[in-house]
Amino acid sequence: MKHLAVLIVVLTSVVIAQEERLTVPHESFTLENGLRVILHEDHTTPMISVNMLYHVGSAREQSGRTGLAHLFEHIMFEGSAHVPEGKFDQWLEAAGGDNNGGTTADHTRYWQDIPSNALELALFLESDRMGYLLPVLSQEIVDGQRDVVKNERRQSYENQPYGMDHMVISEHLYPANHPYHWPTIGYMDDLTAASYEDIVEFFKAYYGPDNASLCIAGDFDPGEARSLVRKWFGDVPAGAPVAPISVPAATLVGEQRLVLQDDVQLPRLYMVWHSPALFADGDAEMDILASVLSDGRNSRLYRRLIYDMQIAQDVSAFQASSRLGSSFWIVVTARAGHGLEEIERIVQEEIELLGDLPPAQREVDRAVHQYEADFLARMEQIGGFYGKADLMNMYYYNTGDPDYFEEDLARYKGIGPADVRMAVRRYLLDSGRLVLSVVPEGRKDLASGDGREVTAR
Amino acid sequence: MKIGLMCLFLVVSAQGLAQHPDRSAPPEPGPPAPLALPPIQHLRLSNGMDVVLMEKHNVPLIHVTLVVRAGSVMDPEDKAGVASMTASLLSGGAGLRDALELSDAIEYLGASLSAAAGNHTSAVSLFTPVARLDSALVLMADVVLRPLFPASELQREKRQRLTTLIQWRDDPRSVASVLFYRQLYGEDHPYGRTSIGDERSIMATTTADLRKFHDSFYRPNNAGLMIVGDITASSLLPMLETLFGGWRSRPIPDCSLPSADQLKERKILLVDRPGSAQTRILLGQIGAARRTDDYYSLTVLNTVLGGSFASRLNSNLREEHGYSYGAGSRFDFRPQPGPFLAAASVQSEVTDSALVEFLNELNAIREPVPEDELARAKNYVALRYPAAFQTVTDIAEQLDDLFVYGLPDDFFNTYGVSIFSVTADDVRRAAHKYIDPEHLLIVLVGDRAVIEDGVKALDMGPVENLTIEDVLGPVPDPGALD
Repeated sequence: MKHLAVLIVVLTSVVIAQEERLTVPHESFTLENGLRVILHEDHTTPMISVNMLYHVGSAREQSGRTGLAHLFEHIMFEGSAHVPEGKFDQWLEAAGGDNNGGTTADHTRYWQDIPSNALELALFLESDRMGYLLPVLSQEIVDGQRDVVKNERRQSYENQPYGMDHMVISEHLYPANHPYHWPTIGYMDDLTAASYEDIVEFFKAYYGPDNASLCIAGDFDPGEARSLVRKWFGDVPAGAPVAPISVPAATLVGEQRLVLQDDVQLPRLYMVWHSPALFADGDAEMDILASVLSDGRNSRLYRRLIYDMQIAQDVSAFQASSRLGSSFWIVVTARAGHGLEEIERIVQEEIELLGDLPPAQREVDRAVHQYEADFLARMEQIGGFYGKADLMNMYYYNTGDPDYFEEDLARYKGIGPADVRMAVRRYLLDSGRLVLSVVPEGRKDLASGDGREVTAR
Repeated sequence: MKIGLMCLFLVVSAQGLAQHPDRSAPPEPGPPAPLALPPIQHLRLSNGMDVVLMEKHNVPLIHVTLVVRAGSVMDPEDKAGVASMTASLLSGGAGLRDALELSDAIEYLGASLSAAAGNHTSAVSLFTPVARLDSALVLMADVVLRPLFPASELQREKRQRLTTLIQWRDDPRSVASVLFYRQLYGEDHPYGRTSIGDERSIMATTTADLRKFHDSFYRPNNAGLMIVGDITASSLLPMLETLFGGWRSRPIPDCSLPSADQLKERKILLVDRPGSAQTRILLGQIGAARRTDDYYSLTVLNTVLGGSFASRLNSNLREEHGYSYGAGSRFDFRPQPGPFLAAASVQSEVTDSALVEFLNELNAIREPVPEDELARAKNYVALRYPAAFQTVTDIAEQLDDLFVYGLPDDFFNTYGVSIFSVTADDVRRAAHKYIDPEHLLIVLVGDRAVIEDGVKALDMGPVENLTIEDVLGPVPDPGALD
C-alpha cells in the first residue's frame, strides 16, 4: 500500500427482499490499445472515483527479486514526463482529491477519489504515469522509495506483534517455485538488490494498457467521460502480450508443525489448509464455514474458547481467496496460563463435530443474512479500497463481468448445512495442513505438539 | 535513418494515429459542484428526547445512533473504566434475552448493534436494512433501556480487558500513547487515563457500579437519537415513541474537569524496547477545544503541517529523507482542550535525525505559509468534504458531532466557506498560539542501545529513561479473577 491513511471499516448488515436483485448499471468499452474501460454513474454525492487495476502482482516476481511489484506501486506516485516529482499528490490535493494504491499477489490497483469537477485532472495523472513514466524514472527515485518500502516492512511486519506470521506460513504452504511462496512486501535482501533496470523491465512487461482496466464510478456525464478517456489514454501504446500464469496446484501432504518465537506476551495458534481458488466451486462454502466457526458469540469456536471456557482472547477463521488457489485459516490467541495444545484440541473437536453433523439451518442463515446486508452496504460508497469502482474493477478482472454483485451473493444464498459439512470433510479433515505456533521468546513449551523451529526472513 | 523513420511511421499507423493531447499543463478543474444534502429534521418525543433525522433514500439501509452525554470523564473516583464497561455490557443481556440470545437475534436480522464509550459521550449504534428496522429497533431499545448487567458477563469482560492490558506490551504505539496522555495531563485528569481503566480499577468494578452509571446518565434528557437512511419522519416517529417515549428523565449529575497546564519545559521520555526495528515517535502538547474560534485556522494549519500526504511532515520524513513509511499530525479536538500530536515510526538508526526534522517543521509552521501551499490545503479540506457524506454511517457520525457540540444546522453547508476564509495570517497566529516547540512532550519507544546516545547529543532537553513496565506496570494476572 502506498500509505496507511484510514482504517477500513467493514460494515456488516442488512437483509434484502428475496426478489430484489442487486444491479450496478454500467457500460464498458475497449480502446484500440487494449485498455478496458468501465463506467458507472452514481450521483449521490459530487464525487468520482477513478480506479486503475493492473493485472500484475507479486505472483509475477522471480525468486531473488521479491517485493518488486509493490516497490513499483510506490514508484508510480513519484512523477512522470509531464508530472514533476511530488506534483502527483500536490495537484490532486489542490483539487480536493485523495489517492492510494495497493498490491497483492494477483493484482495492483490505484484509486483517485476526486470532486466531480476534477475528472479530467485525474485522467491526465493516471494516463501520464501509464504512458510516460520511464522518461523521468531515475535511480534516485528508485532509491528513495526503496527506503520508504523498507520502513513500511519494518512498521507493518517486523515491528508488529505476530507480524511475520503470513510470511512464515506462505513459505511453508507453497513450494519455492510457487508464486505465492514469497511475501508481497518482499525480503529485505531482495529490496536492497532491486535495480533500476529491474524496475524498467517490470514496467515494460506489465504496465501496458492492454494489461489493465479502468473503472470510473460516481457523478459524471458518461458521454463526456468516454471522450476524456479516449483523449488521455488513446495515445498510450499497447504493451507486450502477457501470458497467463500457469502453475500446478499446491498441496500439503499430512501435517507440518512449526514454531516461531516472537516478541509477544501470549501464544497464538495458526491452522492453515489449501482451499478452492477465488470464485471456484467451494470458495463461498469456505466463507460461510468461517462465519459458522468464528462470527459472533454463538459461533462454534467463539462460544467454546472465549465464551464458555474463557481460555482464548480472540479467534478468527477466514478464507483468504486468491486466483491461483486459496487458503483457509483458523487463528486463536490463548489467554495467559493456557498453552496452544489445549487450544488446538478444542479446535480439532469442533472441526470434527462439523464433519460429522452439519450445522443448524439457523447458523447458516445467520451467516448468509450478514452477507446479504454486507452486499447492500457495498452499494453506498463509490471510492477507496472496496468502494464500487474498486469492486467492479476486481469483478471484471476475476469474472469478466463488472456487475457480478448478484451472482456473487447468489453463491452464498445457495449454500445449505450439508454443503458446509462437505466442505469441512473435503478441505479440512481429508487434507494436509500447516500448524504454526507463535510463542513468546523462550516459551517453546507453550507450542502445540513437536514443531520444527523456524525463523522469519 | 530512413528505415528507422519508416518503422516509426508504421508503428504509429498501427496504433490508429492516435491524437496526442496537450500535456504541458494539468487540466484545470471547473467550478466545484455544491454538496446538496437533504434537510436536517429536528423531532422530539413526548418525554422530550431529541431526535435528529436525515432522510437518504438511495440504498435501503438505516443507521441509528443513540448518543448519551456521558463518557470516561464521568468515571467514578478510583473506578476508571466504568463508562466503557457499562457500554460493553449493554449487549451482555437485555430485556428477556441473555447475551447469546441477543447476539443470535441481531445477527439473524443481518443487523449490527454495538456500544462504546468515548471521553464525553457514549454511543449505541444500530446499522440495519430498512426491511428489518422494526425488529432491530426493539432489540436496540432493550439494550439501551433494559440492560441486565449480569455478573457472569462482567467477569468475562474483565478477563478480556486484563488480557488487553497484557497485549499493549507488544505494541509500541499503545505504549507511546498511554505514556503521552498520562504525562501531558497527569493521572488526576481524566484525559490522562485510559478509557478501559487499569488492572486495579478493572478488578474493583462491580455490577452495581455499572447499574449506577447507567441509571444516572442514560436518560432521555441526556441523550439524542441520530438517524440517517431510507425512512420518513412520519413512519419513524410512532415507532420511536412506542419504544423510547416512556423513558423517564432525571436530573443529571454535574461533572467538571480539572484544568491542565502545559509542560514547564521540553521533555523527552525514552521507553526501552530492545530489538525494536523502529522507534515510535509521538510528540505534542495540550491543544485546543472543539468550540475554539480557531477551529478552522487550526484545521488548515494541521493540513499544511501533517494532515495530508503532501503535507510538510510526510514530505520531509518520508519522501525527502526516507526515514519512515509515513508521518503526520492532528489536533485531538474534545469539549475541553485535547492534545496536538505529531507522530511517525522511524528506522531506529535515524531516530535523532528524524527528531530534528520534526522540530524543524514545528518551527517552520510558525513562519508565514506561502499562498500556493495555503490554497492547496484549503482546497484539500473544503473540496473533499462531500466525501464524508456518502454512507448512512458517515452521515450519522457527522450528525453526532452536530448534536454533541451544539453546532448550527447550517454547519455542513458553511464549512467550505469557513475554510476558504482562513488567511495566512490566521494560520500564523494559530501556530504561535498552539505550536510551541520549547514546551513539547516527546515520547520515544524503541531500542535504547541504538538511539539513546544520538538523542542525548541533540541537547533538546532532559531525557528520562523508562521501561515498558514503568509505563504499564506489572503484567496483570487474569487468573486472579478465578
